[in-house]
Amino acid sequence: MRVRTRVLSAVTATGALLALSGCGAADMTKQASPYANAAGAKTVTLSVQNWVGAQADVAVAEYLLKHELGYRVDRVQIDEVPAWDALSQGRVDAILEDWGHPDQEQRYIKDKKTITPGGDVGVTGHIGWYVPTYFAKKHPDVTNWKNLNKYAKQFRTAESGSQGQLMDGSPSYVTNDKALVKNLGLDYKVVFAGSEASQITQIKQFAKAKKPFLTYWYKPQWLFKKVPMTEVKLPEYKEGCDADLKKIKCAYPHTPLQKYFNANFAKKGGKAAAFLKNFKWTEDDQSEVSLDIADKKMSPQDAAKKWVEGHKSTWQAWLPK
Amino acid sequence: MSTTAPTTATPRVADTDTRTGPVQALLRRRGLAKLLVLAVAAAVLVPLVHAQWPGALWPSDLTVDVSGPLGKANDWIIDNRDSHWLFAYFLGYLSNGIVVSVRAVYLVLLAGGWAGVVAGAALVAWRVAGVRLAVLTAASFGVCGLLGMWVPTMQTLALMVVSVVFAVVLGIVMGLAAGLSDRIFRLLRPVLDTMQILPAFSYLLPVSLIFGPGVPAATIATVIYAAPPMARLTALGLRGADTGVMEAVTSLGTTARQRLLSARIPLARKELLLGLNQTIMMALSMAVIASMIGGAGLGDRVYQALGTVDVGAALAAGIPIVLLAVVLDRVTAALGEDRPGAQSAEDTSPLRGWRGWSVAAVVTVAVALAARFADRLDWPESWTVDIVEPVNTAKDWMVDHLHTGLPVVGGTADWAAHFTTWILNPVRDGLQGLPWVLVLLVVAALAWLIGTWQTALTAVLAMAGIGVLGVWDKSLDTLAQVLAGVAFTVVLGFAIGIATARSQRLERLLRPVLDVCQTMPQFVYLIPVVMLFDIGRAPAVAAAVVYALPAVIRITTQGLRQVDSGAMEASRSLGSTNWQQLRQVQLPLARPALLLALNQAVVLVLAVVVIGALVGGGALGYDVVFGIAQGDLATGMVGGVAIVCLGLMLDRVTQPTARRDHGAKKGA
Repeated sequence: MRVRTRVLSAVTATGALLALSGCGAADMTKQASPYANAAGAKTVTLSVQNWVGAQADVAVAEYLLKHELGYRVDRVQIDEVPAWDALSQGRVDAILEDWGHPDQEQRYIKDKKTITPGGDVGVTGHIGWYVPTYFAKKHPDVTNWKNLNKYAKQFRTAESGSQGQLMDGSPSYVTNDKALVKNLGLDYKVVFAGSEASQITQIKQFAKAKKPFLTYWYKPQWLFKKVPMTEVKLPEYKEGCDADLKKIKCAYPHTPLQKYFNANFAKKGGKAAAFLKNFKWTEDDQSEVSLDIADKKMSPQDAAKKWVEGHKSTWQAWLPK
Repeated sequence: MSTTAPTTATPRVADTDTRTGPVQALLRRRGLAKLLVLAVAAAVLVPLVHAQWPGALWPSDLTVDVSGPLGKANDWIIDNRDSHWLFAYFLGYLSNGIVVSVRAVYLVLLAGGWAGVVAGAALVAWRVAGVRLAVLTAASFGVCGLLGMWVPTMQTLALMVVSVVFAVVLGIVMGLAAGLSDRIFRLLRPVLDTMQILPAFSYLLPVSLIFGPGVPAATIATVIYAAPPMARLTALGLRGADTGVMEAVTSLGTTARQRLLSARIPLARKELLLGLNQTIMMALSMAVIASMIGGAGLGDRVYQALGTVDVGAALAAGIPIVLLAVVLDRVTAALGEDRPGAQSAEDTSPLRGWRGWSVAAVVTVAVALAARFADRLDWPESWTVDIVEPVNTAKDWMVDHLHTGLPVVGGTADWAAHFTTWILNPVRDGLQGLPWVLVLLVVAALAWLIGTWQTALTAVLAMAGIGVLGVWDKSLDTLAQVLAGVAFTVVLGFAIGIATARSQRLERLLRPVLDVCQTMPQFVYLIPVVMLFDIGRAPAVAAAVVYALPAVIRITTQGLRQVDSGAMEASRSLGSTNWQQLRQVQLPLARPALLLALNQAVVLVLAVVVIGALVGGGALGYDVVFGIAQGDLATGMVGGVAIVCLGLMLDRVTQPTARRDHGAKKGA
């Protein structure tokens, strides 16, 4: 008898818990992080992508949100496509640097309306193939894709075997390189470094030994200041030439990088949302912070602090009135 | 994934002891018969198959392209996540429940303030395990704060508490069912076996797709990973209940439920607590991997540090994880021990039993309130020590001096290149060049020789599954990396194990190093290995060796130590030298332990080699990382399932137990 009442009360308690957690249907698409707004602090959750430029954006935004507007900021590292998903669910409030995801834009902005565009970051991104400048100076014709096969031998590594190595980075990056190598008839093997961290490490190691290498890389990027690199010309980019991966034969486009907000946050995010909307800086600003973080190994907070102290006029325009 | 290995080990050793001696001889003769059967099968099959599908790689006619349906499933989940009943009335509640619980625990921890949490943790440790552990606990939490990791540590702790509670409940339910019903026990065993050899990496993607990246997904992945030991040990404890006691209780006219509550469960206390301990350890080792799908906390800090090649920052976040593991391990282990504590006769202090607990509770609340009134809830920012810079300086020195250009021996990068060219490439090309039927036959032969026809069948089916999924060549690439890693691990591990078995001093010296290797998140040492070995498969293998080595060393040491002292003395009295004794007595007698060490090496190396995709390991791991990064279920799932198949095959091929029903204790 006693056991039965206990079971009964357990069932009731569970029911009550379910009712508390939202009557009727539970909406999985609207769930903030359990750490958000804890203990009465206002929090903003920012998605950080794993390249340093995005980390610089977040570091400066975090610093100003914390010290000028009094928010607690949670950073969560998620890859690009899942970050869109998390943004639509409200698990993060904003993405500060997006390199163009047409499928996701269609799905979440136009169809579901759970994400709203937040405007330009102020930085234009470009992906390409690069060789170190010390090598390009010695062999000027390497900078045209037509001559790449001539140099394949020099770009060989243990990983690429008998072919030249074209180093790609993180699996989360937009890349057509495998298709390009095939369609352009190049004697190269695409070797994925697996993460930007290992790619940067590898580039630095190559540069230290003054070895030739060919890599997928992007601008703006602080590493150019440490290891000067020259772009290899690929067939020119034209609107729509990258639509079909099987036939693709052209370079990557230039993309003005975008900010995106959770729709709910954009409406009700108060000063934080207004501030993030106003956030817009230049490539030089971003590189300055990135270089401090990634090369001088300053903590993102310290790097942001240093930049903020030196560029008062820039960020004061971002603060909501 | 980490600390479990050695404990997993012990029981199996005992089981397999029965196989040595005459049984062994019989087995060997039976082995010959098995090989003969397979040889005949090969003679018939190979030419036939070769005529039908020439070429070494798995024929494309025999593959099933699942990318279409999986891609559709992917879109369906995203489009229906906010409306379909499955999500709205079931998964949504689950997800909400997790968010609410994690938040509740986190809020309690924050409300306690750092002083309250340190006091509370230390007092619990004191009640459970004595003063020494209380001091260790307080110091460990202090270090977490000093490293500037207080808030992430609390986030991880909140996540851990909730995951462990869920895992323990799930484990106990499964364990109760398996412990009370033989049929369920038989049904559940292969499920638990599989759950335990699944590399956690392989199911991150589906979980994160269903729940969205974030805490709920991370919690679910952790629960799946951490529940099996609890289930196994619960079942074991219930089944192992002393029959005499049970009969006595039955004769008193008790009902089945009374017997369960008053006799079986109390008798199984030790196993239940060991299960709790193992579950906590596994959950913690998952904390970092779960950060790939937005798990937040310390794991996320480690993962972010990997993004900036920042070993110092990774270490600053990794150390708290190690400390949490040590504290939780020692405290829960003490729970299960019969210590001179509260219940024993010699404890006559006024603080025994509930009185001690209430003192602990009152002091905790008092400290928390004091901190609140002093407005000192957050860890003071001035009380932090920056280890990032010194660590990075040390690392830079290492890289500058070891990477290339050492005279005569060459730098680490040169070794890695040689390793890739001379070992990894030939092994991979060799495997890929073998006709696929032959690969299946070899797998069958190995698994049958060491196990039963059922294990052989499982292994062959797993391998065939890889072919059907269309990732045959990638899987063989991964397999080549695993084999190379295992070879390294086993050679090094046996050598060090033999040395430590002979010297207590060396073992004491090595113990903390091994502890750290096992609990330090693998992501932390992925960065240094790239710096030393360049990108590619070589650093992936190196990281795997670091991770798997401690388990192999521990099992080897233990196996050698447990060799019958009578046999050892006999051999000594016959005047054998140390070396003869080792080779002719100790090693043969410890064979089951050595085989088990091999099995553990295989499973652990596989778990890390796939994570090695983050440093250029490529192959199957890359597919999974790609799937997670791009939200691409088709690529990611196929890669994940293939990893599972590979794990299943490798486990069966190296599983030292012949009759697995003896192994009820296995995997505890």
